Amino acid sequence: MLEGLTAKIQAAMKKLRGKGKLSEADVKIALREVRLALLEADVSYKVVKDFIARVQNRAVGQEVMQSLTPGQHVIKIVHEELTHLMGKVVSKLEPAPRPPTVLVIVGLQGSGKTTTCAKLARYLRQKGRSPLLVAADIYRPAAIKQLQVLGGKIQVPVFDMGEKHNPLDIAKGAVKHALSQGNDYVLIDTAGRLHVDEGLMGELIQLKKDLKPHYILLVVDAMTGQDAITVAKAFQEKLTLSGLILTKLDGDTRGGAALSARAVTGCPIKFVGVGEKLDALEPFHPERMASRILGMGDVLTLIERAQESIDIKSAMELENRLKSHDFNLGDFMEQLEQVQKMGPIDQILGMLPGIGGMKKLRGLAVDDKQLERTKAIITSMTPEERHYPNIINANRKRRIARGSGTKVQDVNRLLKQFEQSKRLLRQYSQPGKGGKTANFPFLKM
Amino acid sequence: MLDNLLAQLSFRLKKTKTGLVNKIESLISGSSGLDESFFADMEEILIMADVGVEASLGFVESIRKKVQIGEIQSGKELIEQLKKQIEESLTFENSGPIGIANIPSVILVVGVNGVGKTTSIAKLANKLKEKRKRVLLAAADTFRAAAIDQLKAWAHRLHIDIISHRPNSDPAAVVFDALQALRARRLDVLIVDTAGRLHTKANLMAELEKIQRIIKREYPEALLEILLVLDATTGQNALAQARVFQKALDLTGLILTKLDGTAKGGIIIPISQELGIPVKYIGLGEDIGDLQEFSPSTFVTALFANADS
Ligand SMILES: Nc1nc2c(ncn2[C@@H]2O[C@H](COP(=O)(O)OP(=O)(O)OP(=O)(O)O)[C@@H](O)[C@H]2O)c(=O)[nH]1
Ligand SMILES: [Mg+2]
Repeated sequence: MLEGLTAKIQAAMKKLRGKGKLSEADVKIALREVRLALLEADVSYKVVKDFIARVQNRAVGQEVMQSLTPGQHVIKIVHEELTHLMGKVVSKLEPAPRPPTVLVIVGLQGSGKTTTCAKLARYLRQKGRSPLLVAADIYRPAAIKQLQVLGGKIQVPVFDMGEKHNPLDIAKGAVKHALSQGNDYVLIDTAGRLHVDEGLMGELIQLKKDLKPHYILLVVDAMTGQDAITVAKAFQEKLTLSGLILTKLDGDTRGGAALSARAVTGCPIKFVGVGEKLDALEPFHPERMASRILGMGDVLTLIERAQESIDIKSAMELENRLKSHDFNLGDFMEQLEQVQKMGPIDQILGMLPGIGGMKKLRGLAVDDKQLERTKAIITSMTPEERHYPNIINANRKRRIARGSGTKVQDVNRLLKQFEQSKRLLRQYSQPGKGGKTANFPFLKM
Repeated sequence: MLDNLLAQLSFRLKKTKTGLVNKIESLISGSSGLDESFFADMEEILIMADVGVEASLGFVESIRKKVQIGEIQSGKELIEQLKKQIEESLTFENSGPIGIANIPSVILVVGVNGVGKTTSIAKLANKLKEKRKRVLLAAADTFRAAAIDQLKAWAHRLHIDIISHRPNSDPAAVVFDALQALRARRLDVLIVDTAGRLHTKANLMAELEKIQRIIKREYPEALLEILLVLDATTGQNALAQARVFQKALDLTGLILTKLDGTAKGGIIIPISQELGIPVKYIGLGEDIGDLQEFSPSTFVTALFANADS
């Protein structure tokens, strides 16, 4: 659904990714593109404004400037803020202490309430519950019939009292009916209404007051534009919602309404509708959605792993040593070990999106076996050799090869790789050129 | 109904006293007056009305140029220019009411799920009936549960003939029968209700193409109008919808529904521009009388009303 948005944000993020050092201007340019992408995805103007301000604040602040990989750090901030906007995973419809659990489904006209009711009923039935559908839309012609047909398809009973009774009486009748029939969930389908329709909103307020339902769920069409916040806010203020359900996500909409509605109500998005079929209802995964928007879930995992496994202090020391041109084979090994801690190297490389920048790293030890071999070679060296590799002559090479169970060619290759890597690192560490030191060449994209 | 909209409008306009438009309008002329923040405000008004990023920036840029060359000198002129440009982009020669010609008309109504097709059809049928046209309805939404009953209920209320088959039958066959009935009964207008469908479902779009083909083949001398119904609350996706429907069908106009809410429906601006088709009607409520002929100037006034509620 969010593919278009993803491409745009990815493009903006790509510009940040390789950066060793970020200026305020870099961040501004990238965030401008993120802003436009979000607006094109129908995220509310106001929500976007707050969002960008928050990201900007963090991105040009201490947090990033002290970071080892500022570009990626900004991406991480965008991701965190997006996930934050979308909230937690709460797809559960916990049963009330005393059955039946009563749910009222509300929303604008044409948002998909009736179909959603049937889908929820099917979902609950699937979970071994015994739901009762209630036709309380007495206004739209044939709305009751529609629910009856759907109920028939999923073999869930439908309670109705025709079009002559008001929704409150119908709902009360339904709860009574459920008690006598042993239904543990009561799902009330209400008529679509505008949030500014005083009369019809009043009807729902009354329903809430007298019936005291356990859940009031607002159905929001994923294709909704800027009006989403006005609508969601009004329903929230008048009814205090317990959650949101997003419908029609099976189209090509970018679904910014999800962000808007969630942001202004603070209510969790519980489910999403992804098709007309009655099984097309899924729990909502905010984290997944945020990663999808950024199009880089795996990279984020990678950054996290790096953060967990890299000892910042030793990284700093390494940086200092590099600056003093004191980078030696011992450091090299330490670095390889850090990479290894993050997981199998091919997996790590697989997580990296743009492999373009990786050309420079070609020839470096990248497979696990070779990593092991490299480590063995380095451990077979004397501390002196590790520190001053130029003293390693043919004799020493033979000794090292023997000690590590490798061949002289392997030792040669390693020494060459080390030189390469040293040059590469120095390049990164030159002020102005790549900015901050790359303590982590494998992560540079 | 017009009174209704205007009353609503003036109410909204009153609320704008503190609004952005007011702020821009009240600017005194002068070189320092129209600075970046006003272009930003303009962008905000347009984007929040769902006009879309691209179209909004387009309008802002063209206004900015006019300011630069001195053609616009005050905030008031700026707003007037902007309104004029938008109004022009919504004005077409072939706008105006439909189904009132002296030859039989067939009106095919299409759109995604829940936008208000069936209700708009009932309203339009009622309008034509008031103009003494003899109207026939075709229930070609055989897919959605109880869709046929919904249209039948309206037909019953309006005392209008309706052609329908059983649920899940072939919609093209319904249309075929309706065309025969239109001819045989010498009626004036046939309005065809179709199932709501996401424009991304290729097979369903092909079904509509088939219906269009049948109408052209079976009744070539009839005036064919194909109207795409858009919900004013829809955001940028409406543009994607319009493009796909346009590709499959020879759309002749748009109906914009649910303007009685708080949504501005600004998305029809880029749609009208890109597709080159006019908005014919707007929906302003659920009652049978809540359908109006579209007026670009009223629409634009409403677009700028209460811009920052
Ligand atoms: N407030 C308001 N509601 C409208 C308007 N037009 C239609 N509706 C309501 O929107 C809901 C859906 O309308 P329908 O006419 O059934 O929409 P549809 O496009 O035929 O729907 P499907 O056939 O299910 O795709 C109904 O509750 C209508 O009463 C309008 O202009 N304003
Ligand atoms: Mg319909």
